[in-house]
Amino acid sequence: MNLFNQHILSFAIWLPILAGVIVLLLGSDQNANRTRWVALVGAVISFLVTIPLYTGFQLQIGTFQFEESASWIPAFNIYYHLGADGFSVPLILLTSFTTVLVVIAAWEVITKSIAQYMAAFLIMSGLMIGVFSALDAILYYVFWEAMLIPMFLVIGIWGGPNRVYATIKFFLYTLLGSLLMLVAFIYLYHQTGSFALTDYYALPISMSAQIWIFIAFFMAFAVKIPMWPVHTWLPDAHVEAPTGGSVVLAAIALKLGGYSFLRFAMPIAPDAAHYFANTMITLSLIAIVYIALVALVQKDMKKLIAYSSISHMGFVTLGFFMFSQLGLEGAVVQMISHGFISSAMFLCVGVLYDRMHSRQIADYGGVVNTMPIFAAFAVLFAMANSGLPGTSGFVGEFMVILAAVKFNFWVAFLAATTLIFGAAYTLWMTKRVFYGAIANTHVAELTDINAREFIILATLALLVIGFGVYPEPITALLQATSAEFLTHMQTTKIPIISSVPAASI
Amino acid sequence: MENFQYDILNVLPELTVLCMAMFILLVDLFIKPQNRFVIYGLAQFTLFAAAVFTFQTNTLGVSYAFSGMFVDDSLGDVLKLMTYLGSSIMLVYTRQYQKQRNMFRGEYYAMVLFSMLGMMIMISGQNMLTIYMGLELLSLCLYSLVAFDRDNPRASEAAMKYFVLGALASGMLLYGMSMIYGMTGSLNISEIAVEISNIGQHNPVLIMGLVFVVAGLAFKFGAVPFQMWVPDVYQGAPTSITLLIGSVPKFAAFAITIRLLAQGLYPLAADWQDMLLIMALLSIIIGNLSAIAQTNLKRMLAYSTISHIGFLLFGLMSANLNGFASSLFYISAYVLMTLAGFGMILLLSRKGFEADKLDDLKGLNQRSPWAAFMMLITMFSMAGIPPTIGFYAKFTVLQAAWQAGFTWAVVLAVLMAVVGAFYYLRIVKLMYFDAPTDLSPIHAPIDMQFVLSMNALALLLIGLLPQVLMNLCGLSIVTSLQ
Repeated sequence: MNLFNQHILSFAIWLPILAGVIVLLLGSDQNANRTRWVALVGAVISFLVTIPLYTGFQLQIGTFQFEESASWIPAFNIYYHLGADGFSVPLILLTSFTTVLVVIAAWEVITKSIAQYMAAFLIMSGLMIGVFSALDAILYYVFWEAMLIPMFLVIGIWGGPNRVYATIKFFLYTLLGSLLMLVAFIYLYHQTGSFALTDYYALPISMSAQIWIFIAFFMAFAVKIPMWPVHTWLPDAHVEAPTGGSVVLAAIALKLGGYSFLRFAMPIAPDAAHYFANTMITLSLIAIVYIALVALVQKDMKKLIAYSSISHMGFVTLGFFMFSQLGLEGAVVQMISHGFISSAMFLCVGVLYDRMHSRQIADYGGVVNTMPIFAAFAVLFAMANSGLPGTSGFVGEFMVILAAVKFNFWVAFLAATTLIFGAAYTLWMTKRVFYGAIANTHVAELTDINAREFIILATLALLVIGFGVYPEPITALLQATSAEFLTHMQTTKIPIISSVPAASI
Repeated sequence: MENFQYDILNVLPELTVLCMAMFILLVDLFIKPQNRFVIYGLAQFTLFAAAVFTFQTNTLGVSYAFSGMFVDDSLGDVLKLMTYLGSSIMLVYTRQYQKQRNMFRGEYYAMVLFSMLGMMIMISGQNMLTIYMGLELLSLCLYSLVAFDRDNPRASEAAMKYFVLGALASGMLLYGMSMIYGMTGSLNISEIAVEISNIGQHNPVLIMGLVFVVAGLAFKFGAVPFQMWVPDVYQGAPTSITLLIGSVPKFAAFAITIRLLAQGLYPLAADWQDMLLIMALLSIIIGNLSAIAQTNLKRMLAYSTISHIGFLLFGLMSANLNGFASSLFYISAYVLMTLAGFGMILLLSRKGFEADKLDDLKGLNQRSPWAAFMMLITMFSMAGIPPTIGFYAKFTVLQAAWQAGFTWAVVLAVLMAVVGAFYYLRIVKLMYFDAPTDLSPIHAPIDMQFVLSMNALALLLIGLLPQVLMNLCGLSIVTSLQ
């Protein structure tokens, strides 16, 4: 037990990976049921070991907890250094929880190479938890890149008709950004002689170097989030990915980018972050408004949700770059909430797709008549997606908009338009798919959700409403960390010259 | 006489290989064709014996033999041990292929051992003549091995091309060496370094000599603009020979580059750094861009080799211990990846069928998930995606080049690595996303399957724990070059 308490993060990372390897070795299409159960047990255990991260988290501490450190590659002073703070703990829990959902969601749906499918998601889950907890740049980079491999395979093997194009685009886009980040790490390594994140936080860097570092990080993270104008891989990847792939992409993979801004780009180059703040806010607003309008005209449900994800992630970057505690916490809450809502939306599309093999809005109509229980869930998630008060979708957006009002009225005004546009595209899609008369014979033959689907959707519905009514469990985690973060961001890292607070530059 | 005994001790591994190679030729005369496995066993035994001798005579310091013609240092020992290991793996991979194509003959094993002797002499050459001798021994064996499949016109064509261009390169190298000899009055590597420091760096004849030497080395590596032979020879030669050409001789080429540039011509570093920079960038750009257009797997791997050589030159052009150690790490990783890549082609080949088209890999995941997974690791390693060894290889050379001040070159190399990733991903795509066109089962000897699996898994395991190999590379460079 002592071993476990000292290495919770290691367990959280390596258990799902181990479970994935076991599934690969034991599972096969002939023994599909055994494969599923092994995968489910692995996912559930992996989720359970992350719970102590929440229960054991000390709320008043703003720095890293659950730290582990061991020498890994002494030749380059690289450490196996893990740790979690208020930003990473909720995301780690989200990751391990989503993996359980994905395994259940794939239960009867995936029939081809089921062992490889389950293993890919379990391994990916471990790698993403690794990204959220690595405190050494190279360790982080290894996890960050390694997770591309299973995702590449998931989209490519189990995806839709245009999957090859989508998955190669996804891989190359992400790789390009990541490699520039690696160059930034090499620069920082030669400045400090180490890859420790804490050394990077303390390192004074000149303004011009900070700008380059920030741009390199921006290339890596903006692609992942994705921010306008480097978002184009996401709709392709989402549309072609199997349901599980879409869920993991939307719920977690996008958060890797957002989280990394908080962990790397901003604290390492705080002056550059202030310098680029207006640019970032502009890009966020473009994502929020323009992408929402793009979502409005989509004919494909998955594509619509993909664009809606980009638009919602705009709130995250907007919240980051206003440098206020409310905005920052709102952004993180938005990340978590979007994790639930987008998973739920993609799972809903998955439910329909499994029955009708179409994602086109035009092929549906009047689904509520044949699938009333399902329609109730779907409408709830649609409401949450458009930010209805009482759902978790409202909390994060509202916090960010409040922060924006303090920051600049017009920024807040533009950001708030999402409440209209978001409602417009989501509810219009809901109307066309679920309401009205039964559109065709295929819809008439639909059967309502089974127990498995009910459990998944009901769990998510509880979470969405729960955190909508009472977001305290998340915000409590964030307070100390975000205060610490903002203090760090207010101190300039430019060597000598002046001690003017960074914000006034 | 005492001195002679000491000298003999230093070349014990070389002597073993020489004697055994001749012994194998002799045994082959008296052995029935169905008993040829004895020859195979003898060849493997030779490698093992040479490894034991190399290991036993290893010293952390540097010792010279035959009046300074020959050096025995830890860099040489490490490179030789890696060469034995690579050759041994290669022999395992090629046995079945050779049998199926009626090439399982004594001459093949003798020739492989002679070529390895050439590599060992190159690795330990401390005198320009020794180096040249080893190089020619290696090259002549390789020329004839490419033409080993006599009835194959493509192979003969490749051999001819290889021979003509190779002879030209040897000539250039020799010409450069003669100029350097003319200016410094010595053929000994260490004396040359001292002499050049006395003469000064701006001597035009020395620079001319350097240009020719670098051109000769670049040819042996296959760096742009001396890469023309690489794709044709890789594609034309029997796959077993391509595996040989593409893998272990790079250790020897690396060794003579270190001996000539990093030891003998080190005072001229500022000049050869620029030359290597241009070749490195061109190799990465042309190698990666051309690889995209290939449909033949062997040809694609040839262009991929060119781009790998470009990355290797990044380490060398840093011209410091960090850089040399990182390029040694890179070359080790490269040889391991190449062995696995060509090993996979050999695994999928069968009598009358060469699995050398990209399309032959289609749907491999459905035919054999294990083989597909091994190839997946190899491809991601070549692309430099963690957690495979290929990532650390690229990382170490790039950080060395960055430290040496080649900032923009590093950024450019990184961008080209993305281009490179595309064609490796295409292989993964063929294996995993496409349906198989060829459903015949894969038959391979159990030892080959085992070694190939170990080889591919090593790419992953060394990627997870790269420390041991990194230390070995760093230590051997530091103790030998200081």
